[in-house]
Amino acid sequence: MKEGYKLIYQKPKTLREKRMHYCPGCFHATTHKLMMEVVEELGIQEKIIGVCPVGCSVFAYDYMDVDMQEAAHGRAAAVATGIKRMHPDKIVFSYQGDGDLAAIGIAETIHACNRGENFTFIFINNGIYGMTGGQMAPTTLEGQKTTTSPYGRDPKKAGLPLKMCEIVSQFDSVAYVERVSCNTPANARKAKRAIKKAFEYQMQGLGSTFIEVASNCPSGWKCTPEESLEWLKEKAFPYFPLGVFKKPEEV
Amino acid sequence: MPAKGYVEISVEGCKGCGLCVINCPTDCLALKTSETNSYGLHYAYMTDEDNCIACQNCAVICPDAAITVYKKAS
Amino acid sequence: MGEIKLMKGNEALAEAAIRAGLQGYFGYPITPQSEVVEYLAREEPKHNYVLLQAESEVAAVNMLYGAGGAGARVMTTTSSPGFSLMQEGISYIACAQIPCLFANIVRGGPGLGTIQPSQSDYFQATKGGGHGDYHLIVLAPNSVQEMVDHVYLGFELADKYRSPAMLLSDGAIGQMMEKVQLPDPIEYKPDKPWATTGKKPGQERNYLTSLYIQPEEMEEKNIELQAKFKKIEENEVRFEEYKTDDAKIIIVSFGLSSRISKKSVDMAREAGLKVGLFRPITVWPFPANKIADIAARKQVNFFISIEMNAGQMVEDVKLAVNGKKPVYFYGRMGGIIPTPKEILTAVQARSRS
Repeated sequence: MKEGYKLIYQKPKTLREKRMHYCPGCFHATTHKLMMEVVEELGIQEKIIGVCPVGCSVFAYDYMDVDMQEAAHGRAAAVATGIKRMHPDKIVFSYQGDGDLAAIGIAETIHACNRGENFTFIFINNGIYGMTGGQMAPTTLEGQKTTTSPYGRDPKKAGLPLKMCEIVSQFDSVAYVERVSCNTPANARKAKRAIKKAFEYQMQGLGSTFIEVASNCPSGWKCTPEESLEWLKEKAFPYFPLGVFKKPEEV
Repeated sequence: MPAKGYVEISVEGCKGCGLCVINCPTDCLALKTSETNSYGLHYAYMTDEDNCIACQNCAVICPDAAITVYKKAS
Repeated sequence: MGEIKLMKGNEALAEAAIRAGLQGYFGYPITPQSEVVEYLAREEPKHNYVLLQAESEVAAVNMLYGAGGAGARVMTTTSSPGFSLMQEGISYIACAQIPCLFANIVRGGPGLGTIQPSQSDYFQATKGGGHGDYHLIVLAPNSVQEMVDHVYLGFELADKYRSPAMLLSDGAIGQMMEKVQLPDPIEYKPDKPWATTGKKPGQERNYLTSLYIQPEEMEEKNIELQAKFKKIEENEVRFEEYKTDDAKIIIVSFGLSSRISKKSVDMAREAGLKVGLFRPITVWPFPANKIADIAARKQVNFFISIEMNAGQMVEDVKLAVNGKKPVYFYGRMGGIIPTPKEILTAVQARSRS
């Protein structure tokens, strides 16, 4: 360190040293980092248990230095339910992508929310199946090209993209729903605040908390990281608006 | 007078996505396109130490937590 | 010591689970198993366990994974179609080595089938059931008393080997009422340093996974699992013999059909036919060595496997006998329970031929 300077930001110690396998510019990595910053700030490393999905973030347990379980595809909400019911005093999160949470696992998502399972969903919505090579997701935008919608998503064939925040905010048992992004430093800071609030509400026992990260997938979208930010702003946010959909009344 | 800072970017930790470069408000960062790290990736570095304002935008946006930020003690 | 009661098989199983220190039950109603979840729901306020009616068997088995992985003593129960739905989760549980207990109160299949008792899930239970190379420890009760005893044993073995265990029962044992002696409740204190209960200071985090993307690592994991299965095969085989010492004909039968076959043995003896019954109690690990020993006895003429299916365990009997003696099969399917007389007739027919 240079003389006369002080350290003001460094990688959170709750993030393991292992190099993340994510592609350059991927918000999975950003979200991991922000979550682990929150874990460090709240001092809950010994109290938190995570569930990771099948998808690009299948190896999340390699990066987050907290106890974790790897779930079958789509079942993270059920696994998180089992953990939280056994340990109501612990903080539990499920970390899921759009295929996991909104396609194969939507039943588990909806029922966990309807029961008000007191854990936090971290939902990475990048509108594509990244790990398997860029196939259509339930959140792929209308007209968006993927390897299984090579002429663009046709709503007549595939329906319209699912708006999960809008859906889960309908449940009385869901305490807090916010859609965030990491496309700018300001939004990344907001995302971190949202994650922190979700964990805090969970610690207060207020019910399900649901943070959707409107994410990118430069590799799957076949663009540069910088271009992926443009796509988010121009195409994704108009359909998936950022903001708070629901929050506890007293706040 | 704006705060004065400087950043350290881990050469091996950087994947060259360039998100720090485009989000630096004072244009102090760039991608070293002439060199690669051991993963074969270009990496970001600080071009202009004098203009860093320690805003941490680069560190916040960096997906891989490759950036450490320091601020001049006042 | 204990308490004697007249109970239905499913309710006895539920009561036994409570007494064995059940901490979490996740399940979905299905006939002929629903009394388990109903009983646990009724008794819940008096105890400390968590009961959750899941939205599906798919969710239930994954809740079991989460809760068992977090160190709790957990159980689910279902019947055949539901057990098929659980297979994916069981495969993950077997690989991640999460101790937990299943009970399949089998009904006739395939498909939606019938709600009448059957043994047609033998293959599914004993050969793994889902994808990949694995086994569950499979206990086959043939009385309401054993529905109780096998719950205790199943939990114990699950913990001992960090493995899923199961009761392969059926609709008749689940539904019938018998006198049972209920053991004293135990205070369960899990000792599971591997469980995900929050990272311990100064220790590596715990994580549970079944993902080993490098084939060398996946093979290593398989070798580890196979070594465990071998240990279980060496140490945990359980069986029961009835009048086999001088028997010329050996009936092999498990679960409900073994009880009926016992009566057939007595009837055969009265008719002057030296028949004995060999009953595997653990259908995995299968008592193959013991059957091989019996097959080597000079006086033994043949084996006949009596099952309520199209002939499933008979394959394991044949493998164990290994050509030393003929192995026959008699069974009924689709929820039909064979009578002792019917079994005797099948034995006599083979004896004459």
